[in-house]
Amino acid sequence: MSLVEIRGLSYRYPDGREALRGIDLTLNAGEKAALVGSNGAGKSTLLLHLNGVFTAAQGSITIAGLPLDRKNTGRVRALVGLVFQNPDDQLFSPHVDEDVAYGPTYQGLPRDVVAQRVAEALAAVGMGGYEKRSSYHLSGGEKKRIAIATVLSMRPEMLVFDEPTAGLDPRARRELIELLQRLPQTMLIATHDLDLARRLCPRMLILKQGTLSADGPTAQLLDNEPLLYENGLL
Amino acid sequence: MPDHPSGTGHPLQQLDARVKIIFTLAFILALSLSPFGAWAAYFLFLCLVLSAAIAAGTDLRSLLRRSLLGLLFILSALPLLFTAPGIRLPLHLGGWTLWISQPGLIRFASIGAKAWISMLAALLLAESTPVPVLLLAFQRLRTPRVFIAILSLMWRYLSVIRAEALSLMHARTSRSAASPDGARGGGGIAWRARVTGGMAGSLLLRSMERADRVYAAMLSRGYDGQLPDPERKGLSPQDLLVLAGALLLILFFLLFALFTGGLP
Ligand SMILES: Nc1ncnc2c1ncn2[C@@H]1O[C@H](COP(=O)(O)OP(=O)(O)O)[C@@H](O)[C@H]1O
Ligand SMILES: [Mg+2]
Repeated sequence: MSLVEIRGLSYRYPDGREALRGIDLTLNAGEKAALVGSNGAGKSTLLLHLNGVFTAAQGSITIAGLPLDRKNTGRVRALVGLVFQNPDDQLFSPHVDEDVAYGPTYQGLPRDVVAQRVAEALAAVGMGGYEKRSSYHLSGGEKKRIAIATVLSMRPEMLVFDEPTAGLDPRARRELIELLQRLPQTMLIATHDLDLARRLCPRMLILKQGTLSADGPTAQLLDNEPLLYENGLL
Repeated sequence: MPDHPSGTGHPLQQLDARVKIIFTLAFILALSLSPFGAWAAYFLFLCLVLSAAIAAGTDLRSLLRRSLLGLLFILSALPLLFTAPGIRLPLHLGGWTLWISQPGLIRFASIGAKAWISMLAALLLAESTPVPVLLLAFQRLRTPRVFIAILSLMWRYLSVIRAEALSLMHARTSRSAASPDGARGGGGIAWRARVTGGMAGSLLLRSMERADRVYAAMLSRGYDGQLPDPERKGLSPQDLLVLAGALLLILFFLLFALFTGGLP
């Protein structure tokens, strides 16, 4: 069953820059896909559409059968967990547990359920015991894990990552990839890290100047050097 | 505040920024020197700024909308309606009758018109000139260095803070979900206030760090309080001609205002 259906999506920033042009994309439940493309190709812009931070200027987005419109954004945001490139964007509370609790608290869940969600999410990213730490003083890899926990606490169907390994040291990067391999959710991962794409994502999408220029099995696309070169990936 | 002019190629956007600054200052000065009640002259000033806006290819509707902010200034002139001496006119409001002074009314309306038209001129200048160009032009016009330094740092930091705030907001919005049954969430007011407080603190911290890095990067590239000015050149004869013509026109409007205006 398809979890994400995007049809003819275009987006233009208020200053007139056309960041997305006629994107068509279907993602099935359980699928893990990498979204690659050079800087400025429109990856982040596309991701921000997936849970209604940006609304489609043209075209339509359907998540788990819900058309993404004003009425449904609230429910879609609970289904799609967006992990931003800079973890500091998601960590703004004095303590780790308050950041992880934000999503379920906003949803209006009772206190004990929220506490249970927080414990569950922190355990899933291997950060149990960090509840009362201040995220400001954590390492880059730890911040990344907490940022993932802040969306896991909403029990999303799908996880969307914007350049998850950018700025991590080799060990933090390896541990993050192992963590992503363990998580069962559907994933769309925007990245420049082709090795991550190879190890994690059977499917790969290439974005070029706001249009999808290739979509296929990762191994096959990665073997096609001219294609990678042409799309600014080599 | 747009980073870029909304288009290029319009004659008014290619005009030297110094000409635009001098013109705008002269325009506002002449308008404020015009006597009260010079309605015809105000109309001429208005036509001048609107035709300049059209020539510059600005979005008139958004310009007019934002210029309404200028009307806030007339609030300060409100007391004139009641305190100015002269003939009193009755104003019927429901069962009430307010006696307002006729000269006060004229002054009040004049101040409103002047503030609004001046606002239009200032907005047009900001709209048709990118901020860095504007700052450079002020520097070339020998504006004191500290002033330029403060303005340009403020401008840099403002963009930094705006970018940081935007990404924080996006991250929060994306986790502000409804409960599974579709009911609207939102949390309690105290909780929201605490979250907002946390975000403000985080924003402050991040902006300060970013601003520090911006400043270090500027210093390392030789920033000394002055903007680098690659082409230090005077105004071209054509620019001077345009400027002279525009200033004459403004002078003419002012004279017209002096002859036709004034309180009864
Ligand atoms: N806030 C913004 N305002 C205007 N243009 C933007 C903004 N954010 C991104 N862009 C532009 O949109 C295009 C796509 O950007 P983005 O989605 O961030 O690319 P990527 O994540 O693939 O590097 C780029 O050309 C970028 O300059
Ligand atoms: Mg990006």
